Amino acid sequence: MIARLRGEILLRQGLQKTPGRTDLDMGLGKICKAFPDQVFPLAAVHEFICASNEDKTASVGFIAGLLGTLMKRSGCCLWVAPSHSIFPPALLAFGIDPSRIIFTTFSKEKEQLWVMEEALKCDSLSAVVGDIRNLDFTASRRLQLAVETSKITGFLIRQTTHINTTACVSRWRVSSASSSLPEGMPGLGFPRWKVDLLKIRSGKPGSWTLEWRNKKFKEVIQTPAVIHEEQRMVS
Amino acid sequence: MNRYVTIWFPYFKTDAVLLAKRALAGKPFVLTVNDHGRKLITAASPEAVAQGVRPGMVAADARAILRNLEVMDDDGEAAGKLLKRLAHWCIRYTPAVMLDNDGLILNARGCTHLWGGEKNYVKDLQKRLIGFGFHARLAIADTIGVAWAITHFTKAQLIVPVGETMSALLPLPPAALRLDPYTVEQLEKLGLRQIKSFIGMPRTSLQRRFGEDCIKKINYALGHEEEIRELIFPPEPYQERLPCLEPIVTRTGIEIALEKLLETMCTRLRGEGKGLRTAILKGYRIDGKTVSLTIGTNKASHNEKHLQHLFSFKIETFEPGPGIELFTLDAQKVEDAIAAQTQLWGGSSELADDHLSELLDRLNTRFGEGHVHRYLPDEHYWPERSVKPAQTISEKSTAVWNTDRPRPLQLLKQPERIEVTAPVPDYPPMNFRVQGTLHKIVRAEGPERIEQEWWLQTGEHRDYYSVEDEEGRRYWLYRSGHYNETGKAQWFLHGYFA
Repeated sequence: MIARLRGEILLRQGLQKTPGRTDLDMGLGKICKAFPDQVFPLAAVHEFICASNEDKTASVGFIAGLLGTLMKRSGCCLWVAPSHSIFPPALLAFGIDPSRIIFTTFSKEKEQLWVMEEALKCDSLSAVVGDIRNLDFTASRRLQLAVETSKITGFLIRQTTHINTTACVSRWRVSSASSSLPEGMPGLGFPRWKVDLLKIRSGKPGSWTLEWRNKKFKEVIQTPAVIHEEQRMVS
Repeated sequence: MNRYVTIWFPYFKTDAVLLAKRALAGKPFVLTVNDHGRKLITAASPEAVAQGVRPGMVAADARAILRNLEVMDDDGEAAGKLLKRLAHWCIRYTPAVMLDNDGLILNARGCTHLWGGEKNYVKDLQKRLIGFGFHARLAIADTIGVAWAITHFTKAQLIVPVGETMSALLPLPPAALRLDPYTVEQLEKLGLRQIKSFIGMPRTSLQRRFGEDCIKKINYALGHEEEIRELIFPPEPYQERLPCLEPIVTRTGIEIALEKLLETMCTRLRGEGKGLRTAILKGYRIDGKTVSLTIGTNKASHNEKHLQHLFSFKIETFEPGPGIELFTLDAQKVEDAIAAQTQLWGGSSELADDHLSELLDRLNTRFGEGHVHRYLPDEHYWPERSVKPAQTISEKSTAVWNTDRPRPLQLLKQPERIEVTAPVPDYPPMNFRVQGTLHKIVRAEGPERIEQEWWLQTGEHRDYYSVEDEEGRRYWLYRSGHYNETGKAQWFLHGYFA
């Protein structure tokens, strides 16, 4: 009874389950508990806030991890950006065939938003990623409405310090975290990100540290010992 | 059965001048070209001709006949252009319009019934041409040769009925066969002043005396041999036409016309299993101008809705002016639409559906080319050259993606100069400074040496390091060239890892 009512509430809030896709495991593990109904909202626009180029890359990495799952079954992805900066071969590490991503470059924000909205209406895409700096509430609402009919996933990367209210379902901040390796090993460890879910509609925000290992997300529990060790290495 | 209309403008050049200079109306004038220091008349107005001035005379002689004769320079190009424009205008009578020396030839096959018969067709055409201010003589016949002969050598007859080619030709002089002047002169000398006096002669003796050309012209006139002429509009295999009862001036009207055209076009394409790649919508306005719109698609399409949508982005630029009386839609590039749909990216077939290519068409039509890119691997190690843009949406590369070394998710277009402290040669740096911020390197991997591809470019090789700073941010740095004893090595930041 309660579950049914909860489902109804979600429905009214524009978060509908996508038939046949609820079983799609995004590999997020424990993070899923933060989402309404414990399922990563697919028919939604997710907003990623980042301040610097480095954070932006971390966000792209996290999104690429999700895209790898989304694009596994079918489809391609449309990337809307002011200029081309993604290096396609790097996407292979996230299980994505780079030739299945269509990059579009538009210098004007108005054009970017138009393309993003048109793309989100196109249900044969798996996902749309937009690198758009400024987004007002009306524009974000339009994107959200487009997504609700087409049931595809939108990711918005916003490299800005100005955080305003948007109609996006969630707001994330992803930043790099120090990788760790067994002591004495040279080189770099697996990429790690500190993932903050700042806002989620009908869910619980939270903060996690994830590692990208063997083309899968893996949650890292930072024990005091590890932190201590890292600090030692830093010093 | 072909029916040809020939239009002859006996005073075309002077009529053209009169159109531009109304003040000359009713006055005798001639057009001249400079020839060996004298002014040779190329065209004379009807008033001048009536007084005995003929083309080919010298302007000074003509002045002697007519004291108030106006002499002007002949602009041959302008007349040619005007004739071409008239030919374009004639497209409303038939799609097959050909240019002649001083006139036009129309193939009216299958068109005359729209005007209620040949008589009305020719009358209407003549009335409108005269309305423009041209002296025009028209005739309709089975062959171009006969129609031409009738316009140039008779005064009354407009229509040569089907099958009466021979009887129409018989009383005319030999020049009506478009023979060269020398042959005509010879025939006249022999007293053969009418076609009937020699057309019955054995062909072999005619050929022996007057040459191959004479036989050919006779065959053309009688329709024994088809006369091939270049059409001003080469026939488009996929063309739809929509003449309008009333001139169209509103956007809604244009949209309805477009919808109808697309509907017939797409029904036909669908039936043949084809789709169009480029289409041109043309509107013929009542002021004689034409306006056009072009669209292109990424993939052969026969979806009316989608094509209409593509046109609608540009429809504002389609100016109806005083009104459009004929719309045509040409599918210039048509391809098979079925084979292309089964596989696009090699593998997942869901991608191959039309929605995506339609989305890309919309982007291309609205913003122009050059905004949509897709990348394929290329056989190069040099990072900037390891990807190449795909030309088409279905293109596949023979190369494979190189995955053995880590590559940054973001690559800077232009590597950024950085300051680096490195302990020993070929060791990863200890720290680096980019845009004023110091990053202390905690972990590093490398070097990965990438050599210049000397057959493409010369310069220093690069030693790449992947480094991580204290906060876990990862960078792709490289040193350009070897360490040298004297100067510092140059270091660059080339990308960010996730």
